[in-house]
Parts: sequence; C-alpha cells; structure tokens
Amino acid sequence: MRYLPKSPADREAILKAIGARSIDDLFAPIPAEYRLNRDLKVPRQMAESELVDWFRERSRENGDGYATFLGAGAYYHYRPVIIDSLISRGEFLTAYTPYQAEISQGTLQSIFEFQSMICELTGMEVANASMYDGSTAAAEAVMMAVRLTGRRSVVVARSLHPEYREVLATYAFHQGMPVATAGFSDTGRLDLKELEKSVDQNTACVLIQSPNFFGTIEDVDAVAEIAHKNGAMLVVSIAEAVSLGIVEPPRQADIIAMEAQSFGVPLGFGGPYCGVIATREKYVRQMPGRLVGQTTDRNGKRGFVLTLATREQHIRREKATSNICTNQALVALMANIFMTIYGRVGLRELAKQNLAKAAYAAQQFGKHAKVLFSGSPRFNEFVVQTSEDPYAINGRLLGHKIVGGLPLKKFYPELGNAALWCCTEMTTRTIIDTAVGLVAESERSVKSAKEADVEEVAR
Amino acid sequence: MKSVTRKATRHVNQNEGLIFEKSSAGKAAWKLPPLDVPEVDTQKLLGSSERKDLGNMPEVSEIEIIRHFTRLSTWNYAIDLGMYPLGSCTMKYNPRVNEVVSRLEGLANGHPYQPEKVSQGALRIIKTLSECLIEITGMDAITLQPAAGAHGELTGLLLVRAYHQSKGHPRKKILIPDSAHGTNPATAATVGYAVENLKSDARGMVDVAALAAQMNEDVAALMLTNPNTLGVFEQDIAKIADLMHAKGGLLYMDGANMNALVGKVRPGDFGVDLMHLNLHKTFSTPHGGGGPGSGPVAVKKILEPFLPKPVLITKADGTLGFEYDRPQSVGRVRAFYGNFGMFIRALAYTLANGPDGLRQTTEDAVLNANYIRKGLEGAYDLPYSTPSMHEVVFSDKLQGKKGVHTMDIAKRLIDYGFHPYTTAFPLIVPGALMIEPTESESTEEMDLFIEAMRSIAQEVEEDPEMVLAAPHTTRVSRLDEVAAARKPVLRWKPS
Repeated sequence: MRYLPKSPADREAILKAIGARSIDDLFAPIPAEYRLNRDLKVPRQMAESELVDWFRERSRENGDGYATFLGAGAYYHYRPVIIDSLISRGEFLTAYTPYQAEISQGTLQSIFEFQSMICELTGMEVANASMYDGSTAAAEAVMMAVRLTGRRSVVVARSLHPEYREVLATYAFHQGMPVATAGFSDTGRLDLKELEKSVDQNTACVLIQSPNFFGTIEDVDAVAEIAHKNGAMLVVSIAEAVSLGIVEPPRQADIIAMEAQSFGVPLGFGGPYCGVIATREKYVRQMPGRLVGQTTDRNGKRGFVLTLATREQHIRREKATSNICTNQALVALMANIFMTIYGRVGLRELAKQNLAKAAYAAQQFGKHAKVLFSGSPRFNEFVVQTSEDPYAINGRLLGHKIVGGLPLKKFYPELGNAALWCCTEMTTRTIIDTAVGLVAESERSVKSAKEADVEEVAR
Repeated sequence: MKSVTRKATRHVNQNEGLIFEKSSAGKAAWKLPPLDVPEVDTQKLLGSSERKDLGNMPEVSEIEIIRHFTRLSTWNYAIDLGMYPLGSCTMKYNPRVNEVVSRLEGLANGHPYQPEKVSQGALRIIKTLSECLIEITGMDAITLQPAAGAHGELTGLLLVRAYHQSKGHPRKKILIPDSAHGTNPATAATVGYAVENLKSDARGMVDVAALAAQMNEDVAALMLTNPNTLGVFEQDIAKIADLMHAKGGLLYMDGANMNALVGKVRPGDFGVDLMHLNLHKTFSTPHGGGGPGSGPVAVKKILEPFLPKPVLITKADGTLGFEYDRPQSVGRVRAFYGNFGMFIRALAYTLANGPDGLRQTTEDAVLNANYIRKGLEGAYDLPYSTPSMHEVVFSDKLQGKKGVHTMDIAKRLIDYGFHPYTTAFPLIVPGALMIEPTESESTEEMDLFIEAMRSIAQEVEEDPEMVLAAPHTTRVSRLDEVAAARKPVLRWKPS
C-alpha cells in the first residue's frame, strides 16, 4: 500500500523487537469469534490514476459546466486562487487543533485575525473560531440565549431558512424548549404584529435571518425593540455573508449566528461550510466553541492561545456550554483569506455587484411574471411567482445548461408557483436574459392556453 | 544542556505582524470584472439598511497576503513535517490525491439544491462511501449528516432517545466509563440525559461487575470507546453487550479509535447497536488546524427508521435521490447533507487502500504503537500493562519525583522536532502521556521519537529545570494562558 512507509523486512524487524511471533499476536485481545477472517467487501485497491478517473466521471455527472440561479443558504461566488494555494500548505492543512501553542502560532494568529474581521463586519465585540455551519450555529446561539436569560422558549421567524428551522427543532425538542413560529407579511418581512403576540416573559430569544430566506432585509430595529422590551434577546442569522459588504449589520442583535460559506468556500454540495457565533463581550462566557486570545510569552513577546477553555467539553464535560469539539478551522482560514483579499473596499464593491445583478434580474423577471415582496429592500435573492410550476420551467432551463431558482412549494406551499432566485457577481447578463426569456415564454404559453380554454367554453 | 537533537535543527523563520498592521488605504488584492448590467443607486435600493463603512477591514496587496499566510504557516508543526503522536487523534498521512479529486469542478461547485438529475455524481459518492462504511463497521444503515465526531455522538444519542421513546419511555441515563472523552458526557447532557460514571477495573477496562450493578431499565445506553482511551480492547465486549441488551439498553460505540479495528474486526459483529466514525481520524481527511471533521453514524436495523432526514435511496428508475418522508426520523442535525467534501476524501482513501490496504494499515498502526511501547518501557511508567492496540498510555510518575510533569515533557519534545503526544488524558491516568503513532510512521521516525523521549527522561534526572523551561527553540516560549483567560483579548483593535 503506497501510503505505508514499511517494507516487509521492517515489519518483521518490529515484530522481533517487540517479541511477537506474528501480527496475529497483537490482535489476540480481540475475542477470536469476532475476528474478521476474510477481506472486507469494499472495491479493490485502485491506482491513483484510476481514482482520479473515477471521481472525474462523478464530477461530470454532477452538473459540471451549468450556470446556476440557486442560493438559499449556499452561494456561488468567485474564489480567488490564492485561497487554495495557501490552505493547501501542509502546515495549515495537516495540523491539529492548536492546543500546543508554541508550535501552532500560525493557526492561532490566523484565527485571531478571523475573529477580528468577523467582529468588524458584524459590529459585534467577540466572535468564536467557527461552528459547523450556519444552521447549527443558529441552534447553538439559541441555546446560549436560553442559558443567558434563564428562560426556555424561542420565537422563530418563518422567513428563517427552513432547514435551519428544522435543525433548531431537533436541538430544541430534546432540551424541552418550546419553539413558536412568527409568520411573514406581504412585504416578505417578519410580521411584527404576530411577533408582538408571540413574545412574552418566557421568551429567551427571537431568532430571525437577515437578509432573510427570501433575500429580503428585515427591519431589525423594530424586531429588536419588540424582543428587548420583553426582556428577550435577539439572535440574527446571516446566511449570505457577502451581504455584510453593503447591508448594515444587525448591530442591535445580542447574538449573531452566521454562515461564512460565501467568503471563499466552495459550494461542495452543501459542505463543509463555516458557521460563526458573534456576540457582546459580556456574554462571552456562555458562548460555545473555541476562542483564540492574545497573550505574551515569558519574554513578553506577543503570542496567541486557545482561551476560556473552561466553557468547553474537555474541561467541563457534562457542564460544558456545548459538546462541540472539532470545528471548521481550515474553512475559517478560507474565509479569513477571502476577507483579507477583498478587505474594506473590495467587499463593498463585490456586494454592490451582487445587488446590481439581482436588481437587474428582478426587474427583467418582473416584466413577465410576478416578483414578490418588491416593496422591501433586498440583497441578491428574490422570489418570482409564475403561472406554470417552476419545476417544469426549470426542466427546460436545464436543457440550456442553466439551473433555475429553487421552487418554494416544498417549504412555503402558500406561495404557490414561486421560486427563489439568486444572482451573484458570477451571474452574467446573458444567462439572466436567457432565463428571463424562458420564463416569459412559459407565461405566454400558459396565457394562450387559458385563452384557448376560454374560447372553447365560449363556443 | 545535552544536545541530541537529531531530527530538528534551528532554522530562520520570518517575523510577521497582524494583517491589520500591514494595511493602508488604497492597496487592493482584488479586481472585479466590469459590470454587465446597469449600475444601481444603492441608497435608493437599500435606504437606511445601506452600510456605508466597513470599519477596520484590511487593505493589502496579493503578494503581502501570500507572504503573510506563508510566514504564519511556517510557525505551525504539521503531519507533513513529521510524527504527530497525539493519542486518540489519529494524525495519519492526508493523501494529496484526496485534495485533488475533491476540487474537481462538478463536485466543488455542486449546489446542494441542484436537481437530482444533475447530482447523480455526488449522490453516487455518498452511496459508495455509505456502503463501504457499513461493511467496515458491520452495521446495517448509516447517516453521513453529522459534521464532526461530537455531532455524530449527538445524532447517535438522539437516535437512542427516539428508539426508547418508540418503546414508550426515553429512559433517563447514559452510562459513560471514566476513561471517556469529554464530548461523551457533554453530548449526553445536550440530549437531556443524566450522566452516570462507570469505573474502570485494574486492567483499564469496563468493570463488568460494576456495569451489571449499575445497569437497569433507566439506562438508555452505554457509550463505549473501543479500543478505549488507554488503547486497550474491551475484551469483555460480548458480556458488556449482553448486559446492556438484557435490560433493553443500547450499546453505543465511540469510533474515535476505529483505526485499530478496520479490516480486523467489525463492531456490528460484537454487539454494538450504533456508532460514529471520525472521517478526519480513521479515514485520512485533514484536520486542518481543528476541522472540518465528519462524523457519520452507523446503526443496526432497529435504529434505521429514526435516522436524520433526508435519507439517500435508489429510485424505481435506478437513479439516486433523497427521501424526505421519514415520519420516525429524529429530524435534521445540519442543513443540507453533511460535510460532503470530507466524504469525497474518505472515499478516495478507502478506494486507494482496498481491503488489503485497509487491513495492512490497521496492522501497521498496532505494530507501531507496540514498538513505541517497547521502546519507552522502563523510561516511563506504564500504569496498565494490558496489551496495547493502536496507542499506548504512559504516566509521568517517575518524572514527577523531580517535579517534571507530562506537559513539561511534552514541551521539551517540541525541541526535539516532534509534536507532543496527548497530555493529561485519559483522566483515569494521572499525568498521562497518550501516544498514538498511526501507521504513517517509518521505523526511522519512531526510533528518533523513542530516542528523544529517552533522552528527555535522562534530562529530567540531570537537569529538571531545563525541562521545566522548555521549549527552548520555538518562536515563542510558554505563553501566559492565565492572563489570556483573566483579561481576554479576543480581537484586534486599532491602537
């Protein structure tokens, strides 16, 4: 086996050195009746070239070369090449969690920079070193609010990513935390009246997403006011991190739970991504996940260490703030490099391009179909309602190597034939015009079919 | 100071500040293509939601970014530089072909919501890996959704709860041996179970009599790491499983140490009902400085109805797809389908090995741990003489007499060019030195390690103060962790 650095003679020599007759001696502690005396039924050993071919074939079967209008919590942005050059360095790629600070300063300093930039972008005072993803970060943020307030129930916006809501439901159920849902109004924003009614003295927090699942920017001030006057916390989930370049961050939030995938992390069919929790300094001791802090060594030299570990499972065991151990360090490094590349000016310009592309596309779609929630500000996603089932339209788009917007029927049946479309800096005008053309065609044919029906009836 | 530093030698490395300290207005590492749609009036579109300023985000050029992160990288130790014997972490070689195949365009750019028709490649990878892992563990079904080992534990205990609930009562407690990893009790608490400790016997194994006394109808499951954190195979595993099952409890196996078993024995065959795997340990996906991981949970038939949704199925027309209609499912534990990028790497590893390679890998891992054990016996105290599988645990009992403890020895090991072993864990060994070489080490590298450890033992006798002040060769000396925690500085701010 090509990864193993031993010759048969080496193995013999080791057996001799340790006083074993054969390798079987070393497995003697396993009761004989359980030992596997056959080959595992897995495919035979492959050469590297065969391996690459096999995966290339899978890649070709996986929408290779298709343009996409999908967003909904996973965004297709350009990834500057130096991200992969840098994260492929073995010193980053093949290092463990930086528990031994003296030989992990590279990882530690880069996490410190990551935490600092997340704070700058979110307007929060502290950020952790990462969580699994945006969905689990949101659930953990809610549990954090429960610990901080000593209250048990949660009010969640229905305009929060449906899969994030499902994850929260899983976590909350076993914690015995009641979860109430507040709907959205015809502005595509959280229905504040419904929120008023749902929040009470037992509410630990209100959880919203902004920009929300429909791409609409929530009225965070108004939501914060309702939460805070009831003594509840406001947790804001941000699924599209690039929005932070041009959308005011939810500074009124007590906890922000975000997904940093947009910052240079490949779509990768859903993961690995990079969750983050950011909050106020006074809440840091209830924050889950690893944290890097600055300190000095014995000579007064600046250095970095993992800190506040007394919150964590390896110290506190069943009393820890969370059971999280491994996080998403290498993915956080991708995000870190991405944020460094775009920086103060670039991130705004990038976000502006996203805004412009989505605005153009929404305007074009609006000429032929109904764009919902257009009265509210939005970032790079919008909902289009068509006469025809969006699955059927998407089927035709596929023929043009275009993946259309996400049909919403599964999550929001009340919206009928609606789909969530996303445009980023990667979406060209040509592709937008092609997609709009196909939607326009669909609308025309539905209309003429209807007219034909009417004529039929008239006759 | 005695000098036997054969593996490492001092080398120059570059100083480097924080990226913010290199920033100045007008520098840029980005360039966007010209906009092909009309410019927009951001104020008009966003109103009061418009953000005007990005605060202190850096402005730097591309070469500065390359140098910044390259310099930082040289301050890290890594598997690529040498033996990284962290016990229970399985720091094995991370094959580079895994990185190449996971970056193939269609896989790297696949959107989780793209139609199943154009996702067959990704789904095939999920299916193939699932089948391999089911065969390797001897279980009946699997979910790949959990994002890491602890997340797998969480999923596993949710399954345990749902199973018992379906029988009418979720039960109250989880039994956890005192040698267990901290995530086990933390997970049990997250799922709303009380934790009851189970003590180990003189061999470092589960005390079967104690288990028999503690097991009753209130116990939902036993969370057992096997081999356990002493690197010892639980020889009474059959009895343990029987005791659990007789009272309707489940046997959960923490698969952190699966590298000792692959191809040699299957947990499903010795009575385990469910277990998680760490793809970032046994299946070679890179640790990346602390993640991403991936923690699939494999289960027996009885637990299949409760698996997180969606579940991968083969449809009537032979194509693959996801099934969402799973009425008994515990629900979702993560958005989308899990850390797919890690599935690709783990599958590439499995295919590169084949059945013979996987078995040889396990044998070499166990061979190496026993070679280290033999090499260090006498120089360090071996608290349990039970045979070792893939790792060995010594204690600092001998060195403690000179006031030198496991962390000090670990720090001195750095000067010899090695990453330390796991210190102070498992909790049942005071002053533990937990060493797991993995299969990736040659005899030469292990000889250097043994020589270094023996040399340190000698230094402790001759010059304990020098060892206490180690490391002596790193960029920074021991860092003040107490100050870091007392007055936390968790972000950069402009001075």
